[in-house]
Amino acid sequence: MAVDKMEYDKMLKKASPNSKAYINIPMAFIIGGLICVLGQFLMTSYEKMGISTYFSGTVTSITLIFLSALLTGLNLYDNIAKHGGAGTLVPITGFANAVVAPALEFKAEGLILGLGAKLFTIAGPVIVYGVTASVIYGLIIYIFKLV
Amino acid sequence: MSLRLSQNTIILNTSPSIASYASIVGKKEGEGPLGKHFDLVNDDNTFGESTWEKSESRLQKDTVSKAISKANLVPSDIDFIFAGDLLNQCIGTTFGLRELEIPFIGLYGACSTMAESIAMGGIFIDNDVAINVAAVTSSHFCSAEKQFRFPLEYGGQRTPTSQWTATASGAVVINKKNAPPFIRAVTIGKIMDLGVVDVNNMGAAMAPAAHYTIGQHLADTGKRPEDFDLILTGDLGQVGSELLIDLLNRDGIDITENHNDCGLMLYDLDEQDVHAGGSGCGCSASVLCGYILDQVKDGILSDVLFVATGALMSPTSVDQGESIPGIAHAIHISNKSE
Repeated sequence: MAVDKMEYDKMLKKASPNSKAYINIPMAFIIGGLICVLGQFLMTSYEKMGISTYFSGTVTSITLIFLSALLTGLNLYDNIAKHGGAGTLVPITGFANAVVAPALEFKAEGLILGLGAKLFTIAGPVIVYGVTASVIYGLIIYIFKLV
Repeated sequence: MSLRLSQNTIILNTSPSIASYASIVGKKEGEGPLGKHFDLVNDDNTFGESTWEKSESRLQKDTVSKAISKANLVPSDIDFIFAGDLLNQCIGTTFGLRELEIPFIGLYGACSTMAESIAMGGIFIDNDVAINVAAVTSSHFCSAEKQFRFPLEYGGQRTPTSQWTATASGAVVINKKNAPPFIRAVTIGKIMDLGVVDVNNMGAAMAPAAHYTIGQHLADTGKRPEDFDLILTGDLGQVGSELLIDLLNRDGIDITENHNDCGLMLYDLDEQDVHAGGSGCGCSASVLCGYILDQVKDGILSDVLFVATGALMSPTSVDQGESIPGIAHAIHISNKSE
């Protein structure tokens, strides 16, 4: 008996388990939260070391990016992200991981066609649409200030 | 000579023998329930090579070499080799096999390649156009991830329906040795597509193809599911297996008693974090060549319908939002020649 696409879609939805949101969401909150706590700890420490509030934020970001890149290189970041999900994806550490991971993977194809060309395969869209959004945002502010 | 029974099914009247078979797997597969049955478990997933693509080539070459030597043959005794893998342009195969200097027929059937290559090899032997042929396929988790999904170290979450590409390879040598396991019949499936677009649910994409091929084999040969000790699907995993049983039930065919799936056998689903099960050409190839053929040879299993399944998408077709076509081919492997 032939099954049509609509009917199969129903069967398939019934057979396919959903992601466990009741685990994933709290885990994202905890692990993402811990990354933010670490960021806050670093920022406060840098301020105490005499770095101005303005620059301590930048230095904190650089430290988190370094740590993420290091953990990616040590094959650890993906193991944390497996549990952290959005909690490891959203902070700046996720962005660093998305750049370092292809760098490691595609270095086999050389520095130009491999690493150079593939470095932003995952992070590229974030940059493109991030920059586009910021231009639109800037224009809106500019226009409102004119009025 | 072979007998064409229908558009799909060919009976191999001389019942070619699987004279020898070999399987090599990676560390994770070696830690699975079938670990002790493989010829070799390599704890180093690079297989001593500098890139994942070369690792897969090495894996495939080593496996087919092992199968040829187990048949007490050398590569020059093999008239044709039927082989393929998952990588673009089948480079896992072509670079792996180039040194063997065996007339080569490249196949792409995604994860159905083991059944496809055994079918072709069996037909060649049955019709006396070759004396010895080999069939081999492989997959490697790392090269497949790189091509089809994300870089290995990228931190992402898998969905519960996703499957784990096996680092594994299986190879057979087919000739007229007149000893079990025998290849009795093959059913070539057609491309089936019921509109599944989720690349993380390939079991669901392939189940309709397995349904078609199994149904066709039974209808063509007049056999019933209970005529087989085992109906072994390729790598449908948990979701695909459930859908297959459902689809066949609608036709009044009940395979619940004697069905198993290579994707469910290769790993311990509770312990090994593979979600819905294993996949990849090497999954069904290694389960067949590592575990099942031994049982057929020893008569523990008398008749097995091996139905390897493949998902025929590419990263480009997935990005373009196309649905995933599936394919399945069935091989009747038996302990008896008639």
